[in-house]
Amino acid sequence: MISKAVIQNLAKLARLEVSGKELATLEKEIPDILKFVETIQSVSEKPTALSTTLINVMRADDPPAGGPHEGGIYTEALLKAAPTRVGDSIAVKQVIKRSW
Amino acid sequence: MPDLKTITIKRARKSLDAKEYSALELTDSYLEEIRKQDDKIHAYLEVWEKTAREEAKNADKTIERGESQPLTGIPIAVKDNILIEGRVASAASKILENYTASYDATVIKKLKEQGAVFLGRTNMDEFALGASTENSAFGPTKNPNDLSRVPGGTSGGSAAAVASGMALVALGSDTGGSVRQPSAFCGVAGLKPTYGSVSRFGLIAAASSLDQIGTIGKTVADAQALFNAIRGHDEKDSTSLPESSRSDLGNSKGRTFRIGVPRSLFANALAKDSSERFEQSLETLRVKGYEIVDIDLFANPQVPLAVYYIINPAEVSTNLARFDGIRYGLSIKAETIEEVYSKTRGAGFGPETRRRILVGTFVLSSGYADAYYRRAREVRELIRADFARALESVDAIVTPTTPGPAFKFGEKSDPVAMYFEDIFTVPVSLAGVPAISVPSGTVVREGVSLPIGFQIIGTHGSEELLFAVGKDAERV
Repeated sequence: MISKAVIQNLAKLARLEVSGKELATLEKEIPDILKFVETIQSVSEKPTALSTTLINVMRADDPPAGGPHEGGIYTEALLKAAPTRVGDSIAVKQVIKRSW
Repeated sequence: MPDLKTITIKRARKSLDAKEYSALELTDSYLEEIRKQDDKIHAYLEVWEKTAREEAKNADKTIERGESQPLTGIPIAVKDNILIEGRVASAASKILENYTASYDATVIKKLKEQGAVFLGRTNMDEFALGASTENSAFGPTKNPNDLSRVPGGTSGGSAAAVASGMALVALGSDTGGSVRQPSAFCGVAGLKPTYGSVSRFGLIAAASSLDQIGTIGKTVADAQALFNAIRGHDEKDSTSLPESSRSDLGNSKGRTFRIGVPRSLFANALAKDSSERFEQSLETLRVKGYEIVDIDLFANPQVPLAVYYIINPAEVSTNLARFDGIRYGLSIKAETIEEVYSKTRGAGFGPETRRRILVGTFVLSSGYADAYYRRAREVRELIRADFARALESVDAIVTPTTPGPAFKFGEKSDPVAMYFEDIFTVPVSLAGVPAISVPSGTVVREGVSLPIGFQIIGTHGSEELLFAVGKDAERV
C-alpha cells in the first residue's frame, strides 16, 4: 500500500529532498518498518487511566523574580548562529508571492 | 599517577584532596591517553585540550582553598548532543556540523558549578537515532574490546571513552537504550534515570517523551556520583519532576529485597552463554540475600518495541522540523524558501534520520494517526501499567540489557534488525522508569571476550535502590 508516490508525498510534507536512488531503497524499507510496527494491532486491550500519567504543568502568569530580562541581551548570541543576517534580523527568501 | 583503567571518582577525589597529584596532572594523563588511543577508537569528535587544562587549573585552585565538591577536577566526556556555551554541539549530524551552542545545558551548568573538567564531545548516532554509532555523520566509534565490533549506541563514544580509560565518567542520553546498550557492549555501568529526574534543557531533542540524560562510569558508584551532580528539578524543563518525587532507601535498608525475573521475555532470545552470564548475575544477588522470583511482564515482547518505533519517529519528525536552514545550522542556498528547506534537510540529515522523519510523518498523517500514533500512545499506557503492576510485588525487575554482545560493523544493515537491539531496553523508556546496566561478565566470540550487561529496573524515583542492587550485582 506504500507506493513510491506515497513516499514522495511524505518527503514533500516533511520538506525533505530525496534522490531517485534513495527512493528505491525507501520503497522497500518503509513498508518493512510499518509492517513491523503494525504488531501493535495484536493488542486488543484499551487503557483504563490514560489521564493519570499525562498532566498539564501550569504556572501563574507572573513575571520571573526580578522582573523580565532586559531587551536585547540575547540578540547577539542567537543571531550569531543564523546563516544569513541583515542587521538585527535573520534574512530569508521571499515567503509570500503575488499571484496576479 | 593512577591507573586510568581502574581509577574511580572516589579514589580520584581522595588523591586530589590529599594532593597526591593535581587536577591538571590527572587531566593531562587523560589527554595523553586520548592521544594514544583515540586514533583507533574514535570515541571523541573533538577534544578540548586547552579549555580542559584551564578548567583543571581552576579546579586545583578550588582544591587548594579546601573548597572541593564531589566532582571538582574530575575529567568528564560529554555526548555531542548536550550544549556547552561557545562550543560546537553537532549531534553527530552534518546539519549541525558548525553549530556553536549559545547557552549551557542545565546539566553542564551544574557540572561547571562543581568545577568538573570537560575533556571533549563524544561520538554518537546522528540525533541519537541508532544502536551502533554507525549513523554518525563523522564515522563510527570502535568497541575498545574488539575494533571490528560496534561500541553500541547511541552514546557509543561516551561508553567507549570510559571503557578505554579516555574519560573517568561520561554523560550520555538514553531514548530507548542509548546509555544502557553501549554500556553493556563496552563493559561499563550506565544509568537511564527516571524520566524527568534530570533536566533536558540544553539536550538536543530526539523524542521528547522518552529522552533522558544518563550517566556512564566504570562502576555503579561512578555513575551514581555523576547522577547526583546533575539530577534535580529545573523550571526550564516543563517535564522536570519535583524534588519530592525521589525516594531514598530510608528504613528499607536491611530488608530482603525481592527481584522479579520476567523469563518469558527473553526465554528464546539469548544464546546459551549469554543466558549463563545472566543466571550468574542472578546467583550473585541470591547469595547476597536477595529473594529471586519469576514474574510475568507483558505477553508479547515485540509489542513495546513496535510502540516505540511509532512514538519515536513521530516525535523525531516533529522535533527535527526545526532544522530548516533559517535560524542555525547548515543552510543550502536556493531560489525559493521551500527549496532552502528541502535542500538543506536533504543534504544535512543522514539515512536513518531521514527514514525516521518519513515514518514519523506517515504515522502522524491524516487518516493514519489514529491507527498508528494514537493507538501506540494507548498501548504505551498499558505497558506503563504492566510495569506498575509488576513493581507492586517486587522491588526491582532484572533482564539482560541486550540479546547478545557487541555485533560487527555492517552486521545489522536492515533497519528493523537494528531496532531489535533495543528489545529489552525500550519498554523501560516507554514506562519512564529508571534502569541501570551493570557488567555481567563476558562471552567469547571468535576468540575475543566481549562484555554483556545485566539490566536492573525499578519504579519511578527508585535510583537509590538501583544503585544498591547494582553494586551487589556488578562484576567488575
